[in-house]
Amino acid sequence: MLTDVSGWTVAAVIALGGLSVATGIVVFVVDSMARATFALLASFLAVASILVALELPYLAFVTALMMTIEMAIMAVFMVMFMMNPAGLMPMTMVHNPRGSAVLGAGVFTVLTVGIWTIEWPTRRGEPPADSTVQLGEAIMGSHMLVMLVIGVALFATIIAGTVLATARGRYDRFGADLDAAAPDDPVPGGLPR
Amino acid sequence: MTSAAAWGTWPAVLAVLGVGLALGVLVAAVDRAVLSGTGVRAGAEVLRSGTRLLTEQRRTTLAPDPLLWRLGTASVPVLALLSLAVVPIGGRTLLSTSADLVWFNAMEAILWAAVWLVGWGPNAVHALTGGYRFLIQGLSYELPLMFALITVGLGAQSLRTTEVVAAQGGLWFVVTMPVAFVVFLASAAAFAFWGPFAAPAGPDIAGGVLSELSGVDRLLLELGRAVFLGASAAMAAALFLGGDAGPWLPGPVWQLLKTVALVVLLVVVGRRSPLIRPDRIVEIGWMVLIPATLLQALVVAVLVLTGFYA
Repeated sequence: MLTDVSGWTVAAVIALGGLSVATGIVVFVVDSMARATFALLASFLAVASILVALELPYLAFVTALMMTIEMAIMAVFMVMFMMNPAGLMPMTMVHNPRGSAVLGAGVFTVLTVGIWTIEWPTRRGEPPADSTVQLGEAIMGSHMLVMLVIGVALFATIIAGTVLATARGRYDRFGADLDAAAPDDPVPGGLPR
Repeated sequence: MTSAAAWGTWPAVLAVLGVGLALGVLVAAVDRAVLSGTGVRAGAEVLRSGTRLLTEQRRTTLAPDPLLWRLGTASVPVLALLSLAVVPIGGRTLLSTSADLVWFNAMEAILWAAVWLVGWGPNAVHALTGGYRFLIQGLSYELPLMFALITVGLGAQSLRTTEVVAAQGGLWFVVTMPVAFVVFLASAAAFAFWGPFAAPAGPDIAGGVLSELSGVDRLLLELGRAVFLGASAAMAAALFLGGDAGPWLPGPVWQLLKTVALVVLLVVVGRRSPLIRPDRIVEIGWMVLIPATLLQALVVAVLVLTGFYA
Protein backbone atom coordinates (compact mmCIF):
# COMPACT_ATOMS: atom_id res chain seq x y z
CA MET A 1 0.00 0.00 0.00
CA LEU A 2 2.68 2.46 1.04
CA THR A 3 4.89 1.39 -1.86
CA ASP A 4 2.62 3.24 -4.29
CA VAL A 5 3.80 6.66 -3.12
CA SER A 6 7.27 8.15 -3.01
CA GLY A 7 9.39 8.38 0.12
CA TRP A 8 9.01 12.17 0.13
CA THR A 9 5.25 11.86 0.18
CA VAL A 10 5.36 9.46 3.12
CA ALA A 11 7.76 11.74 5.00
CA ALA A 12 5.57 14.80 4.29
CA VAL A 13 2.40 13.01 5.39
CA ILE A 14 4.06 11.84 8.63
CA ALA A 15 5.46 15.32 9.39
CA LEU A 16 2.22 17.15 8.56
CA GLY A 17 0.17 14.55 10.41
CA GLY A 18 2.35 15.11 13.45
CA LEU A 19 1.90 18.86 13.06
CA SER A 20 -1.88 18.54 12.85
CA VAL A 21 -1.98 16.38 15.99
CA ALA A 22 0.37 18.76 17.84
CA THR A 23 -1.68 21.85 16.96
CA GLY A 24 -4.79 19.85 17.86
CA ILE A 25 -3.34 19.27 21.33
CA VAL A 26 -2.47 22.97 21.57
CA VAL A 27 -6.21 23.71 21.30
CA PHE A 28 -6.69 22.20 24.77
CA VAL A 29 -3.55 23.70 26.29
CA VAL A 30 -3.90 27.41 25.54
CA ASP A 31 -6.00 29.60 27.78
CA SER A 32 -7.45 31.95 25.17
CA MET A 33 -10.43 31.26 22.94
CA ALA A 34 -8.84 33.06 19.98
CA ARG A 35 -5.66 31.01 20.30
CA ALA A 36 -7.63 27.77 20.66
CA THR A 37 -9.66 28.56 17.53
CA PHE A 38 -6.64 29.39 15.42
CA ALA A 39 -4.65 26.41 16.72
CA LEU A 40 -7.54 24.31 15.43
CA LEU A 41 -7.32 26.17 12.11
CA ALA A 42 -3.57 25.40 11.97
CA SER A 43 -4.45 21.73 12.49
CA PHE A 44 -6.93 21.84 9.60
CA LEU A 45 -4.42 23.60 7.35
CA ALA A 46 -1.89 20.84 8.12
CA VAL A 47 -4.49 18.29 7.04
CA ALA A 48 -5.07 20.31 3.84
CA SER A 49 -1.31 20.17 3.24
CA ILE A 50 -1.44 16.37 3.59
CA LEU A 51 -3.98 16.37 0.76
CA VAL A 52 -1.54 18.46 -1.30
CA ALA A 53 1.18 15.88 -0.63
CA LEU A 54 -1.23 13.17 -1.80
CA GLU A 55 -1.75 15.14 -5.05
CA LEU A 56 -5.39 16.00 -4.43
CA PRO A 57 -5.14 19.77 -5.05
CA TYR A 58 -8.86 20.52 -5.33
CA LEU A 59 -9.76 18.78 -2.08
CA ALA A 60 -6.77 20.39 -0.37
CA PHE A 61 -7.59 23.97 -1.39
CA VAL A 62 -11.30 23.55 -0.71
CA THR A 63 -10.48 22.17 2.76
CA ALA A 64 -8.25 25.17 3.50
CA LEU A 65 -10.89 27.58 2.18
CA MET A 66 -13.87 26.08 4.00
CA MET A 67 -12.06 25.50 7.28
CA THR A 68 -10.64 29.02 7.42
CA ILE A 69 -14.00 30.66 6.82
CA GLU A 70 -15.57 28.26 9.30
CA MET A 71 -12.98 28.97 12.01
CA ALA A 72 -13.18 32.73 11.46
CA ILE A 73 -16.97 32.65 11.93
CA MET A 74 -16.64 30.19 14.81
CA ALA A 75 -14.18 32.49 16.56
CA VAL A 76 -16.85 35.21 16.59
CA PHE A 77 -19.44 32.94 18.22
CA MET A 78 -17.01 31.25 20.61
CA VAL A 79 -15.76 34.60 21.85
CA MET A 80 -19.37 35.76 22.14
CA PHE A 81 -20.64 32.76 24.14
CA MET A 82 -17.55 31.61 26.05
CA MET A 83 -16.95 32.78 29.57
CA ASN A 84 -13.72 34.73 29.78
CA PRO A 85 -12.90 34.56 26.07
CA ALA A 86 -9.72 36.60 26.04
CA GLY A 87 -7.82 34.51 28.55
CA LEU A 88 -7.35 37.31 31.04
CA MET A 89 -8.20 34.72 33.70
CA PRO A 90 -7.38 31.02 33.33
CA MET A 91 -9.71 29.32 30.86
CA THR A 92 -9.76 25.72 29.79
CA MET A 93 -11.19 23.92 26.80
CA VAL A 94 -11.18 20.63 28.72
CA HIS A 95 -14.33 19.39 30.40
CA ASN A 96 -14.88 16.03 32.09
CA PRO A 97 -11.15 15.19 31.74
CA ARG A 98 -11.33 11.63 33.13
CA GLY A 99 -14.25 10.54 30.94
CA SER A 100 -12.80 12.10 27.81
CA ALA A 101 -9.36 10.57 28.48
CA VAL A 102 -10.92 7.10 28.74
CA LEU A 103 -13.00 7.69 25.62
CA GLY A 104 -10.02 9.07 23.65
CA ALA A 105 -7.71 6.23 24.65
CA GLY A 106 -10.42 3.69 23.78
CA VAL A 107 -11.07 5.15 20.32
CA PHE A 108 -7.32 5.41 19.68
CA THR A 109 -6.83 1.74 20.59
CA VAL A 110 -9.72 0.54 18.43
CA LEU A 111 -8.56 2.58 15.43
CA THR A 112 -4.90 1.55 15.77
CA VAL A 113 -5.72 -2.12 16.14
CA GLY A 114 -8.11 -1.89 13.24
CA ILE A 115 -5.65 -0.11 10.94
CA TRP A 116 -2.82 -2.55 11.58
CA THR A 117 -4.80 -5.79 11.59
CA ILE A 118 -7.29 -5.24 8.77
CA GLU A 119 -6.62 -6.90 5.43
CA TRP A 120 -6.48 -3.84 3.18
CA PRO A 121 -7.59 -4.42 -0.40
CA THR A 122 -4.93 -4.05 -3.06
CA ARG A 123 -5.31 -1.21 -5.52
CA ARG A 124 -7.11 -1.94 -8.76
CA GLY A 125 -6.47 0.49 -11.60
CA GLU A 126 -4.18 3.49 -11.70
CA PRO A 127 -4.30 6.92 -10.01
CA PRO A 128 -5.89 9.39 -12.45
CA ALA A 129 -3.83 11.97 -14.29
CA ASP A 130 -6.18 14.69 -13.03
CA SER A 131 -7.83 13.97 -9.70
CA THR A 132 -9.99 17.10 -9.97
CA VAL A 133 -11.70 15.85 -13.13
CA GLN A 134 -12.22 12.44 -11.54
CA LEU A 135 -13.71 14.02 -8.43
CA GLY A 136 -16.04 16.17 -10.53
CA GLU A 137 -17.18 13.19 -12.54
CA ALA A 138 -17.84 11.19 -9.38
CA ILE A 139 -19.83 14.00 -7.75
CA MET A 140 -21.83 14.79 -10.88
CA GLY A 141 -22.17 11.15 -11.96
CA SER A 142 -22.13 8.02 -9.84
CA HIS A 143 -22.45 9.88 -6.52
CA MET A 144 -24.82 12.59 -7.67
CA LEU A 145 -27.82 11.30 -5.72
CA VAL A 146 -26.03 11.17 -2.38
CA MET A 147 -24.41 14.59 -2.97
CA LEU A 148 -27.80 16.13 -3.82
CA VAL A 149 -29.41 14.58 -0.74
CA ILE A 150 -26.58 15.85 1.47
CA GLY A 151 -26.78 19.29 -0.14
CA VAL A 152 -30.53 19.62 0.35
CA ALA A 153 -30.28 18.26 3.92
CA LEU A 154 -27.56 20.76 4.82
CA PHE A 155 -29.49 23.61 3.27
CA ALA A 156 -32.66 22.60 5.11
CA THR A 157 -30.65 22.48 8.33
CA ILE A 158 -29.32 25.99 7.76
CA ILE A 159 -32.81 27.36 7.08
CA ALA A 160 -34.29 25.50 10.06
CA GLY A 161 -31.51 26.73 12.32
CA THR A 162 -32.02 30.31 11.20
CA VAL A 163 -35.80 30.06 11.66
CA LEU A 164 -35.34 28.67 15.18
CA ALA A 165 -32.73 31.25 16.09
CA THR A 166 -34.44 34.39 14.87
CA ALA A 167 -36.93 36.04 17.16
CA ARG A 168 -38.62 37.92 14.32
CA GLY A 169 -40.98 36.35 11.83
CA ARG A 170 -42.97 37.68 8.89
CA TYR A 171 -45.71 39.07 11.17
CA ASP A 172 -43.11 41.26 12.87
CA ARG A 173 -41.88 42.46 9.49
CA PHE A 174 -45.12 42.92 7.57
CA GLY A 175 -47.71 43.41 10.35
CA ALA A 176 -50.48 41.16 11.70
CA ASP A 177 -52.26 41.07 8.35
CA LEU A 178 -49.05 40.82 6.33
CA ASP A 179 -50.18 43.89 4.42
CA ALA A 180 -47.39 46.39 5.17
CA ALA A 181 -45.96 47.89 2.01
CA ALA A 182 -42.40 47.82 3.34
CA PRO A 183 -40.97 45.43 5.97
CA ASP A 184 -40.21 46.91 9.37
CA ASP A 185 -36.62 45.79 9.95
CA PRO A 186 -34.27 46.88 12.74
CA VAL A 187 -31.39 47.00 10.25
CA PRO A 188 -32.28 49.02 7.16
CA GLY A 189 -30.22 47.01 4.65
CA GLY A 190 -28.86 48.27 1.35
CA LEU A 191 -31.76 48.05 -1.07
CA PRO A 192 -34.54 50.62 -1.50
CA ARG A 193 -37.69 49.78 0.47
CA MET B 1 4.71 23.92 -17.84
CA THR B 2 5.13 26.02 -14.69
CA SER B 3 7.55 28.92 -14.50
CA ALA B 4 9.42 27.00 -11.78
CA ALA B 5 10.05 24.16 -14.23
CA ALA B 6 10.93 26.52 -17.10
CA TRP B 7 13.15 29.06 -15.34
CA GLY B 8 14.26 27.18 -12.23
CA THR B 9 12.59 27.36 -8.82
CA TRP B 10 14.37 30.38 -7.36
CA PRO B 11 14.17 32.66 -10.42
CA ALA B 12 10.46 31.84 -10.66
CA VAL B 13 9.87 32.58 -6.96
CA LEU B 14 11.86 35.80 -7.25
CA ALA B 15 9.80 36.75 -10.30
CA VAL B 16 6.58 36.37 -8.27
CA LEU B 17 8.08 38.37 -5.39
CA GLY B 18 9.33 41.11 -7.70
CA VAL B 19 6.12 41.33 -9.69
CA GLY B 20 4.08 41.31 -6.47
CA LEU B 21 6.04 44.18 -4.93
CA ALA B 22 5.94 46.10 -8.22
CA LEU B 23 2.16 45.62 -8.43
CA GLY B 24 1.81 46.80 -4.83
CA VAL B 25 3.82 49.94 -5.50
CA LEU B 26 1.86 50.50 -8.72
CA VAL B 27 -1.49 50.28 -6.91
CA ALA B 28 -0.30 52.57 -4.11
CA ALA B 29 1.17 55.08 -6.58
CA VAL B 30 -1.94 55.19 -8.77
CA ASP B 31 -4.03 55.51 -5.62
CA ARG B 32 -1.92 58.42 -4.39
CA ALA B 33 -1.92 60.06 -7.83
CA VAL B 34 -5.72 59.83 -8.11
CA LEU B 35 -6.21 61.13 -4.58
CA SER B 36 -3.75 64.02 -4.66
CA GLY B 37 -3.32 64.71 -8.37
CA THR B 38 0.47 64.70 -8.04
CA GLY B 39 1.03 62.59 -11.15
CA VAL B 40 4.38 60.84 -11.57
CA ARG B 41 5.77 62.09 -8.25
CA ALA B 42 3.25 59.82 -6.48
CA GLY B 43 5.52 56.80 -7.05
CA ALA B 44 8.40 58.45 -5.21
CA GLU B 45 6.05 59.55 -2.43
CA VAL B 46 4.83 55.97 -1.94
CA LEU B 47 8.39 54.66 -1.66
CA ARG B 48 9.30 57.48 0.72
CA SER B 49 6.38 56.90 3.06
CA GLY B 50 7.05 53.16 2.91
CA THR B 51 10.67 53.70 3.95
CA ARG B 52 9.55 56.05 6.70
CA LEU B 53 7.28 53.32 8.11
CA LEU B 54 10.25 50.93 8.06
CA THR B 55 12.23 53.18 10.37
CA GLU B 56 9.30 54.21 12.57
CA GLN B 57 9.20 52.99 16.13
CA ARG B 58 6.64 50.32 16.85
CA ARG B 59 3.81 51.24 19.20
CA THR B 60 2.11 48.64 21.32
CA THR B 61 -1.02 48.43 23.43
CA LEU B 62 -1.92 47.27 26.91
CA ALA B 63 -2.05 43.44 27.18
CA PRO B 64 -2.05 42.58 23.47
CA ASP B 65 -1.83 39.04 22.10
CA PRO B 66 1.51 39.53 20.34
CA LEU B 67 1.67 36.06 18.76
CA LEU B 68 -1.70 36.28 17.02
CA TRP B 69 -1.25 39.96 16.21
CA ARG B 70 2.12 39.51 14.47
CA LEU B 71 0.92 36.34 12.78
CA GLY B 72 -2.11 38.10 11.33
CA THR B 73 -0.12 41.12 10.19
CA ALA B 74 2.61 39.07 8.53
CA SER B 75 0.07 36.76 6.88
CA VAL B 76 -1.58 39.51 4.84
CA PRO B 77 1.35 40.25 2.46
CA VAL B 78 2.35 36.56 2.41
CA LEU B 79 -1.16 35.53 1.32
CA ALA B 80 -1.19 38.28 -1.31
CA LEU B 81 2.08 36.99 -2.77
CA LEU B 82 0.86 33.38 -2.56
CA SER B 83 -2.29 34.29 -4.49
CA LEU B 84 0.03 35.63 -7.20
CA ALA B 85 1.54 32.14 -7.57
CA VAL B 86 -1.33 31.10 -9.87
CA VAL B 87 -1.39 34.35 -11.87
CA PRO B 88 0.44 34.05 -15.20
CA ILE B 89 3.70 36.02 -15.36
CA GLY B 90 5.23 35.92 -18.82
CA GLY B 91 2.65 33.30 -19.81
CA ARG B 92 3.58 30.91 -16.99
CA THR B 93 2.38 30.46 -13.41
CA LEU B 94 4.62 29.53 -10.48
CA LEU B 95 2.16 26.86 -9.36
CA SER B 96 0.01 24.99 -11.82
CA THR B 97 -2.46 22.50 -10.44
CA SER B 98 -5.84 21.37 -11.71
CA ALA B 99 -7.43 23.72 -9.13
CA ASP B 100 -5.65 27.06 -9.60
CA LEU B 101 -8.82 29.13 -9.25
CA VAL B 102 -9.61 27.41 -5.94
CA TRP B 103 -6.08 28.22 -4.75
CA PHE B 104 -6.65 31.91 -5.49
CA ASN B 105 -9.96 31.75 -3.64
CA ALA B 106 -8.41 29.89 -0.70
CA MET B 107 -5.67 32.50 -0.23
CA GLU B 108 -8.35 35.17 -0.06
CA ALA B 109 -10.33 33.02 2.41
CA ILE B 110 -7.34 32.61 4.73
CA LEU B 111 -7.19 36.41 4.67
CA TRP B 112 -10.41 36.33 6.73
CA ALA B 113 -8.50 34.74 9.58
CA ALA B 114 -5.52 37.07 9.11
CA VAL B 115 -7.55 40.30 9.16
CA TRP B 116 -9.63 39.16 12.12
CA LEU B 117 -6.40 38.40 14.00
CA VAL B 118 -5.04 41.87 13.17
CA GLY B 119 -8.22 43.22 14.71
CA TRP B 120 -8.12 40.88 17.72
CA GLY B 121 -4.40 41.09 18.50
CA PRO B 122 -3.99 44.58 19.94
CA ASN B 123 -6.76 44.18 22.56
CA ALA B 124 -8.36 47.43 21.39
CA VAL B 125 -12.01 48.11 20.66
CA HIS B 126 -11.66 49.97 17.36
CA ALA B 127 -9.34 47.36 15.88
CA LEU B 128 -11.68 44.53 16.95
CA THR B 129 -14.70 46.33 15.47
CA GLY B 130 -12.78 46.55 12.21
CA GLY B 131 -12.05 42.81 12.34
CA TYR B 132 -15.73 42.00 12.84
CA ARG B 133 -16.71 44.33 10.01
CA PHE B 134 -14.32 42.48 7.71
CA LEU B 135 -16.01 39.15 8.50
CA ILE B 136 -19.50 40.59 7.90
CA GLN B 137 -18.30 42.01 4.60
CA GLY B 138 -16.71 38.67 3.76
CA LEU B 139 -20.02 36.85 4.22
CA SER B 140 -21.51 39.23 1.66
CA TYR B 141 -18.91 39.08 -1.11
CA GLU B 142 -17.58 35.51 -0.73
CA LEU B 143 -20.39 33.61 -2.50
CA PRO B 144 -20.67 36.04 -5.46
CA LEU B 145 -16.86 35.85 -5.80
CA MET B 146 -16.98 32.04 -5.79
CA PHE B 147 -19.72 32.01 -8.42
CA ALA B 148 -17.72 34.44 -10.57
CA LEU B 149 -14.67 32.15 -10.39
CA ILE B 150 -16.82 29.06 -11.07
CA THR B 151 -18.28 30.78 -14.13
CA VAL B 152 -14.78 31.28 -15.51
CA GLY B 153 -13.89 27.64 -14.85
CA LEU B 154 -17.13 26.58 -16.49
CA GLY B 155 -16.43 28.57 -19.65
CA ALA B 156 -12.84 27.35 -19.87
CA GLN B 157 -13.72 23.76 -18.84
CA SER B 158 -10.69 23.95 -16.54
CA LEU B 159 -9.64 25.47 -13.24
CA ARG B 160 -6.04 25.88 -14.43
CA THR B 161 -5.19 29.54 -15.06
CA THR B 162 -3.04 28.91 -18.14
CA GLU B 163 -5.84 26.85 -19.70
CA VAL B 164 -8.35 29.60 -18.89
CA VAL B 165 -6.12 32.05 -20.78
CA ALA B 166 -5.75 29.58 -23.68
CA ALA B 167 -9.54 29.07 -23.82
CA GLN B 168 -10.00 32.76 -24.65
CA GLY B 169 -8.27 32.46 -28.03
CA GLY B 170 -11.49 33.23 -29.90
CA LEU B 171 -13.30 35.61 -27.59
CA TRP B 172 -12.40 37.24 -24.29
CA PHE B 173 -14.52 35.98 -21.41
CA VAL B 174 -15.47 39.52 -20.43
CA VAL B 175 -17.83 39.57 -23.46
CA THR B 176 -19.95 36.64 -22.26
CA MET B 177 -19.25 37.07 -18.51
CA PRO B 178 -19.60 40.80 -17.79
CA VAL B 179 -21.38 40.22 -14.46
CA ALA B 180 -18.67 37.83 -13.25
CA PHE B 181 -16.01 40.35 -14.32
CA VAL B 182 -17.56 43.23 -12.37
CA VAL B 183 -18.23 41.02 -9.32
CA PHE B 184 -14.63 39.77 -9.37
CA LEU B 185 -13.21 43.30 -9.40
CA ALA B 186 -15.62 44.49 -6.72
CA SER B 187 -14.76 41.48 -4.56
CA ALA B 188 -11.07 42.28 -5.00
CA ALA B 189 -11.70 45.74 -3.57
CA ALA B 190 -13.77 44.11 -0.80
CA PHE B 191 -11.16 41.59 0.34
CA ALA B 192 -8.49 44.30 0.22
CA PHE B 193 -11.02 46.33 2.31
CA TRP B 194 -10.36 49.28 0.08
CA GLY B 195 -12.34 52.02 -1.66
CA PRO B 196 -16.11 51.67 -1.15
CA PHE B 197 -15.48 48.55 0.96
CA ALA B 198 -13.01 50.18 3.37
CA ALA B 199 -15.39 50.07 6.35
CA PRO B 200 -13.13 47.63 8.31
CA ALA B 201 -10.52 50.40 8.25
CA GLY B 202 -13.05 53.23 8.28
CA PRO B 203 -12.42 56.66 9.78
CA ASP B 204 -15.56 56.30 11.95
CA ILE B 205 -13.73 53.68 14.01
CA ALA B 206 -10.40 55.54 13.98
CA GLY B 207 -8.90 53.34 11.26
CA GLY B 208 -10.36 50.02 12.46
CA VAL B 209 -7.96 47.13 11.94
CA LEU B 210 -5.25 49.65 11.03
CA SER B 211 -5.78 51.79 14.11
CA GLU B 212 -3.16 50.21 16.38
CA LEU B 213 -0.62 49.34 13.69
CA SER B 214 2.58 51.32 13.39
CA GLY B 215 5.97 51.02 11.78
CA VAL B 216 6.76 47.81 9.97
CA ASP B 217 3.42 46.20 10.94
CA ARG B 218 1.49 48.96 9.23
CA LEU B 219 3.79 48.74 6.21
CA LEU B 220 3.18 44.97 5.94
CA LEU B 221 -0.58 45.34 6.10
CA GLU B 222 -0.78 48.25 3.66
CA LEU B 223 1.60 46.42 1.33
CA GLY B 224 -0.49 43.27 1.57
CA ARG B 225 -3.67 45.16 0.65
CA ALA B 226 -1.97 46.83 -2.32
CA VAL B 227 -0.41 43.57 -3.54
CA PHE B 228 -3.79 41.82 -3.23
CA LEU B 229 -5.42 44.54 -5.35
CA GLY B 230 -2.62 44.37 -7.92
CA ALA B 231 -2.67 40.55 -8.01
CA SER B 232 -6.45 40.62 -8.47
CA ALA B 233 -6.11 43.07 -11.36
CA ALA B 234 -3.51 40.78 -12.96
CA MET B 235 -5.77 37.78 -12.32
CA ALA B 236 -8.77 39.61 -13.82
CA ALA B 237 -6.69 40.42 -16.91
CA ALA B 238 -5.86 36.71 -17.25
CA LEU B 239 -9.36 35.39 -16.51
CA PHE B 240 -11.51 37.88 -18.42
CA LEU B 241 -9.34 39.92 -20.80
CA GLY B 242 -7.47 37.14 -22.58
CA GLY B 243 -4.27 37.41 -20.53
CA ASP B 244 -1.32 37.98 -22.84
CA ALA B 245 -3.34 37.84 -26.09
CA GLY B 246 -3.13 40.87 -28.39
CA PRO B 247 -1.80 41.97 -31.77
CA TRP B 248 1.67 43.39 -32.66
CA LEU B 249 3.14 43.65 -29.16
CA PRO B 250 4.70 40.68 -27.33
CA GLY B 251 2.46 38.79 -24.87
CA PRO B 252 3.92 39.97 -21.54
CA VAL B 253 3.54 43.60 -22.66
CA TRP B 254 -0.16 43.01 -23.32
CA GLN B 255 -0.56 41.34 -19.94
CA LEU B 256 1.15 44.33 -18.31
CA LEU B 257 -0.94 46.88 -20.23
CA LYS B 258 -4.20 45.15 -19.32
CA THR B 259 -3.16 44.85 -15.68
CA VAL B 260 -2.20 48.53 -15.46
CA ALA B 261 -5.45 49.52 -17.18
CA LEU B 262 -7.45 47.46 -14.66
CA VAL B 263 -5.53 48.97 -11.72
CA VAL B 264 -6.27 52.48 -13.01
CA LEU B 265 -9.93 51.56 -13.56
CA LEU B 266 -10.23 50.05 -10.07
CA VAL B 267 -8.62 53.03 -8.37
CA VAL B 268 -10.43 55.73 -10.36
CA VAL B 269 -13.85 54.11 -9.87
CA GLY B 270 -13.11 53.00 -6.29
CA ARG B 271 -11.93 56.41 -5.16
CA ARG B 272 -14.97 58.11 -6.70
CA SER B 273 -17.47 55.79 -4.99
CA PRO B 274 -18.83 56.46 -1.52
CA LEU B 275 -18.14 54.06 1.33
CA ILE B 276 -20.82 51.36 1.61
CA ARG B 277 -21.66 50.28 5.13
CA PRO B 278 -21.23 46.52 5.78
CA ASP B 279 -24.88 46.11 6.85
CA ARG B 280 -25.89 47.47 3.43
CA ILE B 281 -23.42 45.27 1.54
CA VAL B 282 -24.98 42.16 3.15
CA GLU B 283 -28.36 42.81 1.55
CA ILE B 284 -26.89 43.89 -1.80
CA GLY B 285 -24.66 40.80 -1.86
CA TRP B 286 -27.37 38.29 -1.02
CA MET B 287 -30.36 39.83 -2.80
CA VAL B 288 -28.67 41.17 -5.94
CA LEU B 289 -25.20 39.76 -6.50
CA ILE B 290 -25.83 36.07 -5.72
CA PRO B 291 -28.86 35.79 -8.06
CA ALA B 292 -27.01 37.85 -10.70
CA THR B 293 -23.89 35.64 -10.59
CA LEU B 294 -26.04 32.48 -10.58
CA LEU B 295 -27.83 33.71 -13.69
CA GLN B 296 -24.46 34.53 -15.22
CA ALA B 297 -23.28 30.97 -14.52
CA LEU B 298 -26.50 29.61 -16.04
CA VAL B 299 -26.01 31.63 -19.23
CA VAL B 300 -22.42 30.43 -19.54
CA ALA B 301 -23.46 26.82 -18.84
CA VAL B 302 -26.02 26.99 -21.65
CA LEU B 303 -23.40 28.52 -23.96
CA VAL B 304 -21.01 25.68 -23.06
CA LEU B 305 -23.68 23.11 -23.95
CA THR B 306 -24.32 24.80 -27.30
CA GLY B 307 -20.59 24.53 -28.07
CA PHE B 308 -20.07 28.31 -28.06
CA TYR B 309 -16.63 28.13 -26.41
CA ALA B 310 -15.39 25.10 -28.31
